[in-house]
Amino acid sequence: MNFDVCITGIGSSAIGRVLHREPVDLAIEGCMAAMADAGLTRDDIDGITAFHIEGSASVIQVIDAMGLKVNWFADVGYGPSQVTALFDGIMAVQTGRARHVLAFHSSCEGTVRQALGRGGTIPGAATAIPERVSGPQEWWLPFGAPSAGNHIAMYAQRHFHEFGTTREQMAQIALVERANAGRNPEAIYRDPLTMDDYLSARMISEPFCLFDCDIPIDFCTAVVVSRADSTSGLRKPPISIEAMSTACHSRLSWDQFDDLSTMVLRDVGADLWRHTDLRPSDVDLAQVYDGFSFIAMAWLEALGFCGRGEIGPFIEGGTRISLDGELPVNTNGGQLSAGRKHGWGYLPEACIQLWGEGQARQVPNDPEVAVVGTGGGTFAGALLLGRS
Amino acid sequence: MAVDPGPMRVPPLLTDLNRDYWTGGLAGELRILRCQDCGLWLHPPTPVCRRCLSRHLAAEAVSGQATVAAFTINHHQWSPTATVERYVIAIVDLPEQADLRQTTNIVNCPVEAVYIGMPVTVVFEPLADVAVPLFEPRDR
Repeated sequence: MNFDVCITGIGSSAIGRVLHREPVDLAIEGCMAAMADAGLTRDDIDGITAFHIEGSASVIQVIDAMGLKVNWFADVGYGPSQVTALFDGIMAVQTGRARHVLAFHSSCEGTVRQALGRGGTIPGAATAIPERVSGPQEWWLPFGAPSAGNHIAMYAQRHFHEFGTTREQMAQIALVERANAGRNPEAIYRDPLTMDDYLSARMISEPFCLFDCDIPIDFCTAVVVSRADSTSGLRKPPISIEAMSTACHSRLSWDQFDDLSTMVLRDVGADLWRHTDLRPSDVDLAQVYDGFSFIAMAWLEALGFCGRGEIGPFIEGGTRISLDGELPVNTNGGQLSAGRKHGWGYLPEACIQLWGEGQARQVPNDPEVAVVGTGGGTFAGALLLGRS
Repeated sequence: MAVDPGPMRVPPLLTDLNRDYWTGGLAGELRILRCQDCGLWLHPPTPVCRRCLSRHLAAEAVSGQATVAAFTINHHQWSPTATVERYVIAIVDLPEQADLRQTTNIVNCPVEAVYIGMPVTVVFEPLADVAVPLFEPRDR
């Protein structure tokens, strides 16, 4: 292990499509739950950080609301994925800025999007459609391509073209995750999904149908990051951070990237293994970003669980990635069935499984090592976690 | 002139950096920024050449020819005022340089006719004060 940092608690607020609550209210609920999970009190928390975008709570709101006295804090936007704040929190603890850091993200994207209606927001964000567009969307909105789904769909199509990958193979991400969600009382969609349901669903942007796309929700997820020498007396066995990668060796562009059948997560997947003696074959479960089904496939390929271009046959039939398979994937239902947590659902679910707290969805292989991959498109970051 | 089925199109905010790209079509040209020192084509336009860090950049007309590198047939109605008809969003390769691409729509053909490797040619669609570069099959 090359980090003196571990995960000691996780927490969640209420989760729902539309909760009609304030982001800061959800944030407090999530942060309090994470502190209680770790067995820490407010006075133990000396650092805090958040992923702060439109429709989410800022770290400053939470510091003030909870009366925290901290030695390190940061509001963080996008960087190497949506969980850059979590990576920064890990580095803050590693460099001695704080002993126990709360890292959280809350969002009311579900409420905002319902209020603005279809066509009222840029897909994937609680941001209204502008009269004139600038920034990255300048290259999307003039072409009727407002969603990351349009762009990920093109990568999927390119993968299908180069490697013969099929919709029936890709369906297994949605089907397996829905089966897992059926065992998770907090998931949004829990009814069983069949291959017939999938293949007859309305198309969104080919090859993606409705079930390849995640759903906006209201939620808060919080994580406690602690110094390894400050964990005695805490409630949970600490989860060690075995490796971390935020590598980016390519152009951070949706259409100028050098290989249109993958994404920058390719660089992260390769780099992660340079920081550990563990190998893909040591990994017991994978929690990987699935804002769109193909991203999860690209992650599994990038992390080396199969060869380049081989993800279709790897997931075919779904057995291998199911709860009782050799590599269970997105065991809580992922973002497709458990809701769009902007990348913040993967690490908590990995911890739940490593702690053996998965209840009806607990994987049976007594997991010791989990990989977490967050982000898709032009950003990505990964963590390798171990049970101490 | 292209007649597109009409996806939601929001016009870009024009700046000194992007004006040539978005308005070149008014003169019938697809204009891409190019480094005047090392010759590298730069898209989307940037204030510096990423190869030689020269700031001596200017837009030049390219051939307008391209090849479909990736595409998707969009079905979803993103806006209540846009068409519900399917349309093709594509990434096309420009022949002027490896990995010089742009996101666009393929128009003036059935959506089922589009394939990866398809040769296409630029056409321009007026939108507010700009001309949106779209592409149609070269062999029509």
